[in-house]
Formats: sequence, structure tokens, C-alpha cells
Amino acid sequence: MNRPAPHPVPSRSLPPASRWPREHLGTLLALAALVLVFSLATRHFFSPANFRTIANQIPSALLVATGMTYILLLGQIDLSVGSVLALSGAVVGVALSQGHWPLPAAALAGLAAGALCGAFNGLVTLRWRLPTFIVTLGTLEMARGGAHALTHSQTLYLGSAIESLADANVLGFSLPFLIAITVVLAAQLLLTRTVFGRHVIAIGTNPEAARLAGINTRPVQLAVFVSTGCLVALAALIDCSRFQAANPNAGIGLELQAIAAAVIGGTSLMGGRGSVVGTFIGVLIIAVLNSGLAAVGAKEELKRLITGAVIIAAVIADLYRHRRP
Amino acid sequence: MRPTLAMRGLCKSYATPVLDGIDLDLLPGEVHALVGENGAGKSTLSRILAGLTPPDSGTLELEGEPYSPSNKRAAEQAGIHLVMQELNLIRTLSVAENIFLDHLPHRAGWIRYPQLHRDAAEVLARIGLPHLDPQTPVEQLGVGQQQMVEIASRLWRPCRVLILDEPTAALTDPEVASLFHQIRQLQSQGVAILYISHRLEEIRQIANRISVLRDGHLVATRLATELPIDDVVRLMVGRELGTANFTAGRTRGPIALAVRNLHAGDRVQNISFDAFRGEILGVSGLMGSGRTETVRAIFGADPIESGQIFLHGNTQPATIRSPRDAVRLGIALLTEDRKGQGLFLSLAVRENLTVNTLPSFASAVGWISRIRETASVRGWLQKLQVRCDSPEQGIAQLSGGNQQKVVVARWLLRDCDILLFDEPTRGVDVGARFEIYQLLADLAAQGKCIVVVSSDLTELMMISDRIAVLSNGRLTAEFTRHAWTQDKIMAAALSGYLSPTTTP
Ligand SMILES: Nc1ncnc2c1ncn2[C@@H]1O[C@H](COP(=O)(O)OP(=O)(O)OP(=O)(O)O)[C@@H](O)[C@H]1O
Ligand SMILES: [Mg+2]
Repeated sequence: MNRPAPHPVPSRSLPPASRWPREHLGTLLALAALVLVFSLATRHFFSPANFRTIANQIPSALLVATGMTYILLLGQIDLSVGSVLALSGAVVGVALSQGHWPLPAAALAGLAAGALCGAFNGLVTLRWRLPTFIVTLGTLEMARGGAHALTHSQTLYLGSAIESLADANVLGFSLPFLIAITVVLAAQLLLTRTVFGRHVIAIGTNPEAARLAGINTRPVQLAVFVSTGCLVALAALIDCSRFQAANPNAGIGLELQAIAAAVIGGTSLMGGRGSVVGTFIGVLIIAVLNSGLAAVGAKEELKRLITGAVIIAAVIADLYRHRRP
Repeated sequence: MRPTLAMRGLCKSYATPVLDGIDLDLLPGEVHALVGENGAGKSTLSRILAGLTPPDSGTLELEGEPYSPSNKRAAEQAGIHLVMQELNLIRTLSVAENIFLDHLPHRAGWIRYPQLHRDAAEVLARIGLPHLDPQTPVEQLGVGQQQMVEIASRLWRPCRVLILDEPTAALTDPEVASLFHQIRQLQSQGVAILYISHRLEEIRQIANRISVLRDGHLVATRLATELPIDDVVRLMVGRELGTANFTAGRTRGPIALAVRNLHAGDRVQNISFDAFRGEILGVSGLMGSGRTETVRAIFGADPIESGQIFLHGNTQPATIRSPRDAVRLGIALLTEDRKGQGLFLSLAVRENLTVNTLPSFASAVGWISRIRETASVRGWLQKLQVRCDSPEQGIAQLSGGNQQKVVVARWLLRDCDILLFDEPTRGVDVGARFEIYQLLADLAAQGKCIVVVSSDLTELMMISDRIAVLSNGRLTAEFTRHAWTQDKIMAAALSGYLSPTTTP
């Protein structure tokens, strides 16, 4: 049999590594536009002090949204992050104020609490093939209950035991901010450049095909759940040190904020598509919107209305960008 | 005679031109076969006719009237129906609901199930599936039966033009025969039929005229009687394929896979067979005979009830509880349902090809070398002649046959010792089909053990050293190359349904 002359595979498109600035061009422009509008609207907005305030506010939201992005990439959802944040915070608070544990030990206990909650979500979901929506809804209630039980529904004031964490700064950036940025970068590289990340994307895109390709899907999924729990616990630690208190009502509605940030950044709720950098931009957009609307004196109800509209507009814009011909 | 549907100067480009000035007439009562290599533009043309894709330029005339459908519904109202290449059934709904999805019989919105099921049973009986319960959920059907349901859902509608895009890619001979029976009936009612297929043997049986599409141009439209198959192939691929011998030059090696008394569900009953290194074992059988279920059970994709699997002559049975275990032990499974179980549709060609070999491009900590990955992908795309713009193109944009080549390449890249290939050439054109046969023959010659499930008996007889025949979930016969004939194999495939000990 005579073989045909092979037709070469042309190399037209750019390698994927150089694709991301274009991928996020829309959201970056939206962010820039918001900054511009608020800067023109009030004089207080465009100031180093205000940007520093924003930078201090976002680390915990950023950590939680990063974990959420991975969960969404798997095609799952985690509604329990807000309660788990409160529970981890309560563990840290009780260990410091009542157990008089040293800070590192208390921090580890908080992380363990977060990891356990994540492991619980993952194991129950995988063992009985339940929808994560239901499982994490249950965890949401249980963790909130646990936080109230631990603290007897009182906010625990921690004072100097923990302030060192938030106050530490390197080159003018607070330690939490640096931690969060490092986590974002690491998570993005993990997603795009490693076997693990590729497996996450494959499972989120078509779980059955991933299984039949011989990918061990359970450990990958479990790792994502547990890491998300850890990231939430880290966020709890940062919040505790920022407010110098552990509040059992912390993090109410946090899950929706995190999902909103991820979705604004282009992550799909159907799984398989999204990026951590996009989520980072999404978190920034929400933070700028919050702070800007506050600076122009918008009332709470107007803030919520506008934030909601932005989420929907972002999803519609994303739809057009990814529409197939 | 006035054509039912006339195409004039149809053009369509994506990144590159796909259709370039197509002029084609479909006459009433003719079966017009459209052939061409993978990616030649056959499905694109049929999508244009069915209102799913607008053409860039060119006009259509339906019985003399201008016709430009804006969507599928408009095309169907004009009497043009398309059976698409990919399965598009709703998995959670029943067979009956799928067949009548847009015309569910109802009274004030309440579905009239008795009538629905009666109508569906009638349609199913007509296309030769009298035993299929219309209430079965589609997800319980194999690909072949799903394909038949898909065809049934178009066949009951009154139509002027029926387009069939590779309707038989997953069908065995009896279903093909009943499909042809239906086609001939429609033909006698004056329906114009556009028939797309890579099985040239069928085209010889059914087509009145043949059109050959190549690189976006219609290179020939002739009467079927004036165009022998060899000429069709030459026009399609632009070269001679010749006759190759895909079984020469290999010797059977030691045993690689021994299956003993395997039971898994109703479709796998007490199956035992051996497969050797340096050999291609064909698995034949009718639709629903348990071929797919058997290879899936061996691969750990479905749970096994009882039975043992011995690998490479070991005396200890292997434990295969999941596909993961199977792959680790050097077993590969190419699934028959490309879209549902093989492809990652929203990802790129590269990601689809390397999904199960990533560690071989990665450092110990899992950092992937994009350069090595892309280089390897390019090599395979070229080796299998996959038509795509670049490895970064979305796999959903590739033609069906080219997608198939990518999933085949995925397992070749993995370098397993035992390859279970379920319908490896589904939707693949003749030229590439021969490439895949040659590839399988080369792999066998290298000492791999290859098991090929196929609904195309001619294909199995061409490449296999032995053929095992399944019937009604049991292994009813095994033939060596010199002992088989088409009749003997068909008889064995039917025997399981006839024997008095089993109820069909
Ligand atoms: N949405 C799209 N975007 C870009 N290219 C596309 C798109 N759809 C189809 N193509 C390209 O158009 C060409 C023709 O595709 P088409 O599906 O019509 O081929 P085909 O003749 O049906 O092939 P096969 O026999 O494999 O089914 C292919 O090269 C394919 O990659
Ligand atoms: Mg096609």
C-alpha cells in the first residue's frame, strides 16, 4: 500500500501560555473602567490609602475564591465555605483565648478543621455520588452550628494574641496580601502546567471519559475538596487577625461572593473551563465596586443591586466570547 | 425531471474553505450518495441543507422555489430532515419520548402516553426493532440501538428530502438491511435521499447516483452503475489504495489475555476466550449481543459479577476493579461512544490526545513540558493524517472521522500491551481506515495483543487472525482465518437467539 504524502499540521495559533492576557482582556478592561469611573466621581477613591485598604480587604476573599474556582472546574460547587470559615475561626479563637495555645498550634488546629470539613464534603460526595450542592448545604448548617457551639454564640476577642499576623508587612504589602497573591499564582500554574491541573480540567469536562481514560478521578477530586478547606481555614486565620476576634457569624454569604468572583472571571459552572487569574480579576472587580460605591455614598441596597447586575452582565459577555459558530 | 432540491454555488469557509462552489441536484425518488474523505465537508453540506449552518454564499431551490432555512425547524417545515452524524438523543428520556420529542401527542398539555407508546412501537417495528420497548430510557441502549432510534425519530415524519449522515457507522448487517428497506419505501414515494457513508459496499447496494467531494469541490457526479467502487476511492483520496494484506508477517506469540467464565449483567454470560500476543482477535455479533459489554467488563469499566481474567500467562487472576487498574496493567479500551465517553469536547486537540499520558511529558513533580507534549501531538496528528488547523484547535470543530483518529491516537501514545478497540474505524474514511488497519497490523507484528470489536464484518475478515462471535450475551463460536465464511459467522451470531435453552 502506498502511503500518501503527509500534510503537515500548521502551527497557526499561539502557544496557550501566551493566550491568557487576551483571554482576560474583557475583564481587565472592565476593571480599568470601574477604577476610572470611581476616580472621576470622587476624589477619595484614587489614593494610595484607599488602594491599601482594598489590598487589605481582599486576601481572605481571594483565598476562598481560588478554592471555589477549582471546585467549579471539577463541575462541583461548595456552599459551605462561609460556615467553614466561621468554624475554623472559632477553633483558632477557642484555642487561643481559652486553651492559651501558642499561635502556630492554634493556626494548625484551624487548618485541620478546614481540611476536615473539605474531606467530609469530598468523601460523602464521592462515596455516595451525591450532588455537592446537597452535601455542602448540609455542611453549611453543621459547620455554622459547630462554630456557635464552640464560641457559645459569642464573639471571642483575641487581642494581641494574633495581631502580629496582619501587621507584619514586607515592602509595604501586608503579609496576608502576599500570601494570597502567592497562592493565586501557584494555583494558576498548578492548573495550567501540571498533570494534576490537567486532570482536574478533564474530569470537569467529561467525568466518564476521564475515568475511561484511566485517570484516577477520586484522589484528584478529594485533593481539591481538602485544599479548598485548607484555603478557607487560611482565610479564617487572616480574618481573625484582621479583626482580632473570632466571630461565629463570620462569612455569611461568602460562598455566593466567591462563586460570583469566579464567574465574573470566566469560570463556567458546568465545569472544565476557568482560570484562577480570571477569578483574581473577578475578586478585584467586586472589591473595587464595593469600595467605589461606598466612596460615592451609595446606600447598601443600591450596592447590592449594582453588584448583582455586574454579575449577570459578566456572564452574558462571557457567553458571547465563547459562543460557537 | 425537476430536481427536488437544487444547490447552486454553495460556499462555506471556517479557518480554511470547506465548501467551494457546490452545484448539486437531488432528484425525486433517488438515493444520492455523497462520499469524501474525513473533513471533506459532507456534514457541513448537510448542516447547510438542514438549516443548522448558513452558507457564506450560494443559493438553494426547493422544487423551484427559493429556499433558505434560518433554522432546523424551518427546514423541517419545508420537508427537509437530517439524521445527524453524532448521536443527539436525550439520555434520560425514553425511546418513545425521544422519537416524538417535538410532536408529543397531548390533550391540553397532558401527554397521552398510551398513544405515544403505540405510535413509537409502530415506528420501531417498521425499522426492524419490534422487540425494543418504547419506554426504555435511552441511556440503557448501546450506540447501535441509539443510532436506530435517532433514525426512527426522523423516519416517521412526512418529508421531501431526507439526509442521512453516516447512519450505519455503528450498525450491523440486519439493521442496515431494515434501514435500506425503509429507504427504498421512501424512494418509491418520491422522496429525495442524500446518503453519506464511508462504507462503499453499502453505497453500491443502495445508491442511484454518487457524488464525490474532495477538498471542497464536487469532483464527480455519476450514475452508480457507471462508477465502480475502485474509481470512487480513487476520486475520493486521489490515489490507489490497492489491496493490502493486513495479516501477513506476524506470528502468534505467547498468551496475553485469558478470560474465564466472565459474567457481568445480562449481556455478558459465561464468556471465556484467549487472546495472544502478535494476533488480532476480531469480535463479531449482532447489535446488543454483548460485545461492548464484554470489553468494558474486562477493562473494569463495568463491575464484574464473577469470572477471572489472567494476563500474560500468569496463574494468578488479575484484579481489575477500575479502568485505572486496567491501564496500569497495560490494557487500553477505545470506547464506541466517541462523544459521550471518549472526547473532552470543550478542550483542544492536544489536551484530548495526551490526557492519559501526561506523566510521560512531565517531571517528577508533575510539571508538564509543553514543548515535548506539543511535539509528540504533532507527530501523531501527522502520522494519522488528522485534518486540523493546529493542535490548539478545539476538538469540537473537527469532523467526526478526524475526532475518531484523535481518540485512537490517544491509546497508541499510551503504548499498552493489550488493546481493546471497540469500533475503531467508526466514521473513518477508506483511506484512513486502511491506515488504521495497517497500524493495528504493525502493532500486532510488534507483539501487542489486539482485540477489535466491529459491526463491519468485512472489516473484521480483512484484519483478524481469529474471530469470536457473540450472540445474546454468550460466546457461540470461534473461527480461524481459514475456517470462517460470512454465512458461518452470521449463523453463529444468530444462534444464541434461536436456541431453546435461552429466552430472547
Ligand atoms: N465550527 C467549525 N469551526 C472550524 N472548522 C470547522 C467547523 N466545523 C467544521 N469545520 C471544519 O470543516 C471541515 C469539514 O468538516 P465536515 O464535518 O463537514 O467533514 P465531513 O466530510 O463530514 O467529515 P467526516 O467524514 O469525518 O464526518 C473539517 O476540516 C472541519 O475541521
Ligand atoms: Mg461528517
